[in-house]
Formats: sequence, C-alpha cells, structure tokens
Amino acid sequence: MIRTLPVLVVIALIAALPVFGDNYLLRLGTMFAMYAVLAYSWNVIGGFAGYPSFATAAFFGLGAYAGALMQGAGVPMPFAWASAGIVSAVFALLLGFAILHLKGHYFAIASLVIAQVLMEIATSWSSFTGGGTGLNLPVLRISIEAQARLFFWSMLALAVMAFLMNVAVARTRFGFALTCIRQNEDASAMVGINPTLYKVAAFVCSAVFVGAAGAMYASWVFYIEPGDVFRVLVSVKPIVMVMLGGAGTVLGPGIGALLFLVLEEVVWRSFLSVHAMVLGVIIVALIFFLPRGVLGLVRRRKAAKVPAFSPGRSA
Amino acid sequence: MIYLQILVNGLVLGGLYACIAVGFSLVWGVLNVINILHGTFVVLGSYIAYFAYVRLGIHPYFSIALAGAVLFAVGYAIQAGLINRVIGAPVLTTLVLTFGLDLILNNATLVAFSADYRTVQLAHPLGSKVVGGIVLPLDRVVAMLLALALTGLLYLVLVRSRIGRAIVAVRMDAEAAALMGVNVKRVYAITFGLGALMAGAAGSLLSLIFPISPLASTEYLSLAFVVCVLGGLGSILGAMVGGLALGIIQSFGALLIGPQHGLTVSFGLLILLLIFRPTGLMGKRGYE
Repeated sequence: MIRTLPVLVVIALIAALPVFGDNYLLRLGTMFAMYAVLAYSWNVIGGFAGYPSFATAAFFGLGAYAGALMQGAGVPMPFAWASAGIVSAVFALLLGFAILHLKGHYFAIASLVIAQVLMEIATSWSSFTGGGTGLNLPVLRISIEAQARLFFWSMLALAVMAFLMNVAVARTRFGFALTCIRQNEDASAMVGINPTLYKVAAFVCSAVFVGAAGAMYASWVFYIEPGDVFRVLVSVKPIVMVMLGGAGTVLGPGIGALLFLVLEEVVWRSFLSVHAMVLGVIIVALIFFLPRGVLGLVRRRKAAKVPAFSPGRSA
Repeated sequence: MIYLQILVNGLVLGGLYACIAVGFSLVWGVLNVINILHGTFVVLGSYIAYFAYVRLGIHPYFSIALAGAVLFAVGYAIQAGLINRVIGAPVLTTLVLTFGLDLILNNATLVAFSADYRTVQLAHPLGSKVVGGIVLPLDRVVAMLLALALTGLLYLVLVRSRIGRAIVAVRMDAEAAALMGVNVKRVYAITFGLGALMAGAAGSLLSLIFPISPLASTEYLSLAFVVCVLGGLGSILGAMVGGLALGIIQSFGALLIGPQHGLTVSFGLLILLLIFRPTGLMGKRGYE
C-alpha cells in the first residue's frame, strides 16, 4: 500500500526542480514527466488488464496532430491540449470495441499496426497534416526560461493526473475487475464482470492522458512529423518502463520511467551510433534478470524475511 | 491485357512474400513467439547474397544455401541460448525480448554495413521475355519459382522427415510430445533456426529485386505480419495463399490508388481482417 505523505513530498520535490535546476535539468524533468504519463497510461491496459497494447504511439501521435492542428487554427494552447486528450480517448473508445476482442499476439499486432496506419495517413494527407515534411507550431512569445518552466509544470501536472488515475484504478472495483480479466477472462465473465466494457474503459484510460501529452509535446518542441510521433518506439518505451518498475503496481511505472530516462540519457551521451543496440541490451537484460521489475525485487526481499512457517501462510 | 500483366506481377511478388512469411508463420505457430527479428534476418540474407556476389561472384540463386546455413545457425543459437529460457512466459515477454534482440542485431547491421542502399547488379541478367503479350522479367520469375520451391520443400520437411514430424507434434501438444521422447527445447531451437533459414533464403532472392539496407527490415516484418494474418496462422499453405493474395492485392492497389500507398493498403487490409476474420482466409483453428 502506498502512503500519501511520502508521495506528496516526492511530487513537491520534483515540482521544485526549476528553483535549483538549469534548463538542461528542466528538459530532463519534462521528459521524465512525459515518460511517466506514457508509462502510467499503459499500466492500466497492459499492467492491470494484461493486454499487450502497442497503441501508445497511435494515441500519442493522434494527440500531437490534433493539438498542433488546433493550435494552428488559433485554439488557445490549454484547450488544444485538453481537446487532444478527448480526441485520443474517443479514438480509443471506437478502436477498443473493434480490436479488444482479439487476444494475445493478435491484439498486440492490431494495436501496433494502428499506429502505422495513422502514420501513413499523416504522411500522405499533406493538404491537412503537412505530410512528410511535418507541421510547425506557433512560437510562444515568452522567454525560453518561462517556456521551460511552463512545459515542465504542465507535463508534471499531467503525470500526477495519470498517477492518480492509477491509484484510483488500483483501489476500486475497476482495478479489481481488470485484474480478474488478466487472470482469467472467461472466469471473470462468469462472476458477473462484463469484460468488454471494462477492457474498453481501460483502453480509454490508457489513451486520454497520452493524447494530451502528445499535444503538449508538440507545443514543447514546436515541430512534429509523422515519423517522430507515431514511431514504434513510442509504444515500446512505456512497456519497458513499466516492466522495469513493476507491472500492475502503482509506484512501478514512475520508478521505471525515472530509471529508463537515466539509462537513456547515459546511453545517448556515450554511445550515439549504437543507441538502439544499448537499449536492446537493456531490454534483454531486464527480461532475464529483472522479470518482475525493481519493485518485484524489493517484494521478494521482503517476502524472504517472512519465516517459512508463519501463521496464515499455507503451503 | 493490362490486368493480366498486373496479375502476373502480383504473383511474382506474392511468391517471394510467401517465402518471407512462411518462416515467421512457422515460428509463431509452433513456438507461439512473434519473432520481431524476422525482418532483420531477411536483410542479413540479402547482405550475404550481396557480398557473396560482389566478392566471390556467387549468383544470388546459389547463395540461398549459404545464407540459409548462416541464418539457421544464428537462429538456432538465439533460440537455444535466449528465447528458450522464457518460452511459455506471457506474450508480452517474448514479444519485448525479440524486439530488444532486434534492436541489437539491426543496430549491429547498421554499424557494419551503413544505411546506404545497395543493389546487386548482375553481370549477365536474364532479361525479360514476352509471352502472349505479357512481359516476364525472367530474373524475378526464377526467383519467385525458387521461393515457391523452397516453401514447398519446407512443407515436405514438415510432412516427411523425422524432425518435421517432431515439430508438428510439438505444435499440437508440447507436453504429449515430450512424453513421447521428443526433446522439446531442441525442437524449438531447430524450428526457430528453420524460420531464420527461410528468412535468409528469402533475403538472398530479394537481393535481386529490392535495394538492400538495414532500414528495409521493418517492411519485411510488416509483410510477414500481413501475410500470416491474411492466410491464417501456422500452416505452410496459409502462408502461400496469403503471400500470393497480398502480392496480387498490392499490385492492383498500386494500379488503382497509386504505388506509394502499397503499405497503407496492406495495413488497412490487416486491420479489417483482424477485426472481422482473425483466423485468416485459410485458417480453421484459432491460435488465439
């Protein structure tokens, strides 16, 4: 169970980053917050419900384009972000009814391919999306420092919302139902859980903040292109983060996002040409040596301390 | 007549697609592993054919054997050393593992051979022949026939040979096969090796047709996905039908809505099939 006070302290400490950090640190902080949004969102469908979704890139790219196009049409930035979240959520709702009846690899592939299809559409529909050359966003008329703080705090607020969503899921019947579906979907239907409804709801939960984060990202970097926001890695990274931290837990995705960012940053700086290779090595090592994530490691330590014949532990 | 020509083009392309997909389908069907490495295996096969031709003068038709042998060894080692340890784990684990391995292998290919597109320029191309008003590009037609022959050979191996029967037995029921004395882990490794072998052989043949680059791997992987879902999973016949169907669909798609949308057509088709008919055109049993 997580305690409220330490979590609040950690969030407050992260939010105070602009006080003692330079712009580089703020950029990292914004990246961390964005990764946390993606990881926490994926955790709902992938961690709790156990559906191997690769649709994150679809929601992210859709949100990025929705936000960018709306901002280009003169919609104020915060409204564009919120609307982008709604666009992605509605998309997830429709998509969920279409593909969530698939299981295992078939679902994984369908969700993976959706992002590719959207990428192709964004690339070919140049009159609307700018095509392969991408879209430029309106430049903000505030100082660089103010921008860095604005995007950092906005992204962090989104991350906190995604985190709270996970807390809410974990503590309510919703999370319980999703866990049942993960363990045995047919049996969960037998005890009165409507799997389709819960799965679609989880899918929508995994999309709404990702869409908003995509729009925020677009405003932050001022320029998006299909190959950037719809790339497969946008779907894979959050999965690795969640696995790194501990799937289906409330703290895992946040810890995983932080660890992943640190690893990525170290790797980026030192090994530019073999960046993907090192990421691959991290993934492979993760699967063999940390299959249940960092939290799984901690839990195992704790469990090992419990005496073998303690009451309440049946064989 | 134009339609007949496009049909022929589609069939030529489709035969090669079948060869790309059949190894992928075998691994998916028997091991229940989606092998993200498959696209890079195809690319490696192409590079082997390229260097065999440039350095040693071996025609890509014959370097099938070389590429197949090398890739079989690579595949066997990867399965025996790594993937076997997590076989039976949730879908996500094996999927993410092969994705990580692909990042490593593809990046290594990129570092070794650079992203430049290379092409095999044959010293003595076969040229093309016109039969009844239809142009037959002979190099491609022979490549396609070889691809189909290889696919047929794999079918024969599965049906006739001892190891083939073991693979089929493991696919039906791994536990029962183990009780009958089949070394399941070894069969997994051999199956994965065969999948890689087919990818390498397909890569060799494709080196005659498509430019070679590590960046092409995702497209080959996507093709394998689409063909498997189109034809139905886990059967050689399914991959063959799926490959030929995709080749024909892509050719006509290129004619009707423009060649630049080829990938969109196949992906759109894939989504529709997954939604409405996830067992594929030929599939009867659902592997989930």
